[in-house]
Amino acid sequence: MIGQAMRDQQRELTVFRNRLMLLGLAILVAFGVLLARFTWLQVVQQSYYHTLAEQNRISVVPVVPNRGLILDRNGLVLAANYSAYTLEVTPSKVASVERAIDELARVIDVSARDRRRFRKLAEESKNFESLPIRTRLTEEEVARFAVNRYRFPGFEIKARPFRSYPQGEVASHAIGYIGRINDADVKRIDAAGLTTNYKGTDHIGKLGIEGAYEKELHGITGSEQVEIDAGGRAIRSLSRNEPVSGNNLVMTLDLKLQKIAEQAFGDYKGALVAIDPRNGEVLALVSQPGFDPNLFVDGIDPQSWDALNNSPDKPLNNRALRGQYPPGSTIKPFMALAALESKKRNPEYAISDPGYFTLAGVAHRYGDWKKGGHGMVNMHKAIEVSCDTYFYGLANEMGIDLIHNYMTRFGFGSRTGIDIDGELPGLAPSQEWKMQRFHQKWYAGDTVSVGIGQGYMLATPLQLATATAILANGGRPVHPHLLEAVQDAKTREMHPVQMPQDDAQPVVKRENLDFIRAAMIDVTKPGGTAVVAFSNAPYAVAAKTGSAQVVGMKQGEKYDERRMKKEHWDNALFIAFAPADDPKIAVGIMVENGQHGGSTAAPIARQMFDYYLLGKEPAPKKAAPKPDESTPPDTAEEEHD
Amino acid sequence: MISRAFDFLSRRIDGPLAAALALTISLGLAVVYSASAGSMDRTFGQVRNLAIAAVALWIFAQIHPRVLMQVALPTYLAGLALLVGVALFGEIRNGARRWLNLGFTTIQPSEVMKIAVPLVLAWYFHRREEGLRLRDFLLAAVLLVIPVGLIARQPDLGTALLIFASGFFVIFLAGLSWKVLGTLVALGGAALPFVWSVMHDYQRQRILTLLDPSQDPLGAGYHIIQSTIAIGSGGILGKGWLNGTQAQLDFVPERSTDFILAVFGEEFGLVGNVILMVLYLLIIARGMMITANASTVFSRLAAGAITLTFFTYAVVNMGMVSGILPVVGVPLPMVSYGGTALLSMLAGFGILMSISTHKQLVAS
Repeated sequence: MIGQAMRDQQRELTVFRNRLMLLGLAILVAFGVLLARFTWLQVVQQSYYHTLAEQNRISVVPVVPNRGLILDRNGLVLAANYSAYTLEVTPSKVASVERAIDELARVIDVSARDRRRFRKLAEESKNFESLPIRTRLTEEEVARFAVNRYRFPGFEIKARPFRSYPQGEVASHAIGYIGRINDADVKRIDAAGLTTNYKGTDHIGKLGIEGAYEKELHGITGSEQVEIDAGGRAIRSLSRNEPVSGNNLVMTLDLKLQKIAEQAFGDYKGALVAIDPRNGEVLALVSQPGFDPNLFVDGIDPQSWDALNNSPDKPLNNRALRGQYPPGSTIKPFMALAALESKKRNPEYAISDPGYFTLAGVAHRYGDWKKGGHGMVNMHKAIEVSCDTYFYGLANEMGIDLIHNYMTRFGFGSRTGIDIDGELPGLAPSQEWKMQRFHQKWYAGDTVSVGIGQGYMLATPLQLATATAILANGGRPVHPHLLEAVQDAKTREMHPVQMPQDDAQPVVKRENLDFIRAAMIDVTKPGGTAVVAFSNAPYAVAAKTGSAQVVGMKQGEKYDERRMKKEHWDNALFIAFAPADDPKIAVGIMVENGQHGGSTAAPIARQMFDYYLLGKEPAPKKAAPKPDESTPPDTAEEEHD
Repeated sequence: MISRAFDFLSRRIDGPLAAALALTISLGLAVVYSASAGSMDRTFGQVRNLAIAAVALWIFAQIHPRVLMQVALPTYLAGLALLVGVALFGEIRNGARRWLNLGFTTIQPSEVMKIAVPLVLAWYFHRREEGLRLRDFLLAAVLLVIPVGLIARQPDLGTALLIFASGFFVIFLAGLSWKVLGTLVALGGAALPFVWSVMHDYQRQRILTLLDPSQDPLGAGYHIIQSTIAIGSGGILGKGWLNGTQAQLDFVPERSTDFILAVFGEEFGLVGNVILMVLYLLIIARGMMITANASTVFSRLAAGAITLTFFTYAVVNMGMVSGILPVVGVPLPMVSYGGTALLSMLAGFGILMSISTHKQLVAS
């Protein structure tokens, strides 16, 4: 029994020892596996993991360059930068952004507008982006937030550069604005291969000079290698590659002239372009009403956006480039020139104006603006008094295709190529165009209307100004542009913009041009349609007034503004250049529902010329004509179109 | 005087084991200091933990194995009662019900079981010394499975695994036949789908993450990815003490506790890892020697279980941090910051020393 137990015990001990040895072996194997694993990680794969560790640790942060300034031709600032504190939040780091903002509103001021703007921004952005909830924080607000910071994870104060447009609405359509980069912008940036250069950049030029010269203004993004911890906080800077600021842009605009022009519009809507006919520099580009580009910089709030976008006045529409209006009688000098050039009329040829025009075999009467007509009218007088009958006949004799041919020489019907986006081409109609557009043949009656700038004919204020500049500079092509020079951000050197120097032949003959110019000078003289606006002007002005119907008129129906809605009143137009013998400025003006070019549009040109040529500033207040419906319409004959 | 004090302190202390432990612990303190970003608070905290654990070691070394055998069952039963208490009234922290509030302090009864389970099994087999039958092993299995099940339910997979391992080692060393073992392994394999179905989501996730950490690089895979990057980037010689970028810049999570090996491997490289493994092997080898020379069934089995549990700690932790085992909450023995694991481990080594120094007396 004891022996049995002893044997059992012995056997058990053997089993135990064997198993212990076995486990010892297993231990060695296990440590062997671990050794193999460590060798694999730390010897074989070392460089791979080293790279990963460095990537973890080192973050390359883009350093955004300062955006270039925009200046007027005299160096006055139109767009500048300033640095301000913004409070930003990364929505993905916050459980409930709305609740967090409610909480935040107890610490610093968060207005309803800020909230609306933020909500819109959040909808348009990805939730891991850092979005501003408040901008332009005061030092006190920064301090107050800093104390409460622990309560707001995901919120951060950042010092950011901001764009400001110190002139507010002035020249807003020419300067444009910057806005936050949206999906469409990202696509364009990627397509242009600029993805790297836009790392860290939140804003991009959207319109006007800001949009067109984005490349010059943006600059070259620098970079900084920083050591970061797992939370993404920068611990220290390892190396830095400085950014290159964007270049400053000097615009051709004369801010003072621009302001005078805008004020001269008063409450009228409309547009105006002033060009230096010698070189195509755009001195003023007005589209009224304007808008405050500052609204767009940190994301416009929906309410302001709706107000701008849905306003019947369409303040966001750049009328100077995109408003296509019948040019009315301002087309007459060009029609006359076309007739001279094509030898369809000689200057002495005169008609007896009965106050209307009829096509052979058609009963319809094309009425002159003046009942009873102007009597005997030759070309000079036809321009001076703006005789419709004369131009009905002239157009009819030329035929639409010849008219089309000449109108295109003055730039009608195609884009002028101005250096900002959005321009529309207007319309210089032709038989071919009508067939394509309406599948209809062209009628003789269509041509008659075109003779006085009505019917199918459409032009933008920019085209009117450009065509006028061509008349002013002896018939040479004009390339209107808004950029005068680029100032290198580093060297401060000015690089004037090189315009295409096509010394192309004048599009018209000198003597014909001189004839038209003489007639246009008489427009501002006694007997002319713009005499009142230019009485006592110490310089000679060549001009043409115009008014164009906004709504069609039935046969025999009389235009009576007292019985019409104001938005159906005629548009007033005016083209002019001065001094007539050595033109330095040419304008094309369109005043919506201004009715008479001579009384509403011409005074705007007068104020501009007085300032630009004489340095005379308009007397305050009384300057602007008021579109007051109670004011009796002008009855002076020479002010009628 | 001094020599008398030394005699007292070194009474029943196994020299080689104590030396190996001391070396490992010193190394650990240096890493804890680095892993706490040079904060002395944590390092001092660990020194205090060590002091308490060292006292426990000394006390257990003085206790005769026979006494330990006598208290094994009561301790086990008390621990079981506490575990039931946890299941019924335990406090939930971090989503797990592991703590029991005793009014004056909160305890984790599972820690008690780390010692109590191997001891009670060793006691059980000691009593049934003659002619062990399958029935005996079945009962032993029940003694093991009850606490393991309760702990796994908390859920605390790491501890459950370690306790299961310690119990399994006892049963294995007691001589469970290969036939039964093979059957159990086969049954276990067959039961895997069932186990999978009763696992908590986070446990399943850990296993899935082990298979492919990159599928969730910012979530559950983050720990493994960052710790392997840390270890791998350390290279052969390491980046130097306090210079690990992964560790110092916070990329390694839990870097002073369960993932401290990532800090160590990054800063001391393959050389450091080999030194650490050699130290562990020395401790284990000494433990195995004590086990082999132990004079009673109880002391043999207890010493074996304690040694092998220590080994399990080391391998599971190193395997998980280096990305070849799933992430379970197991600290790196003698190195990770934390008092409880250190306490139970050094208490275990105290028992080992007691077994080693008391054997002559029992042998007769």
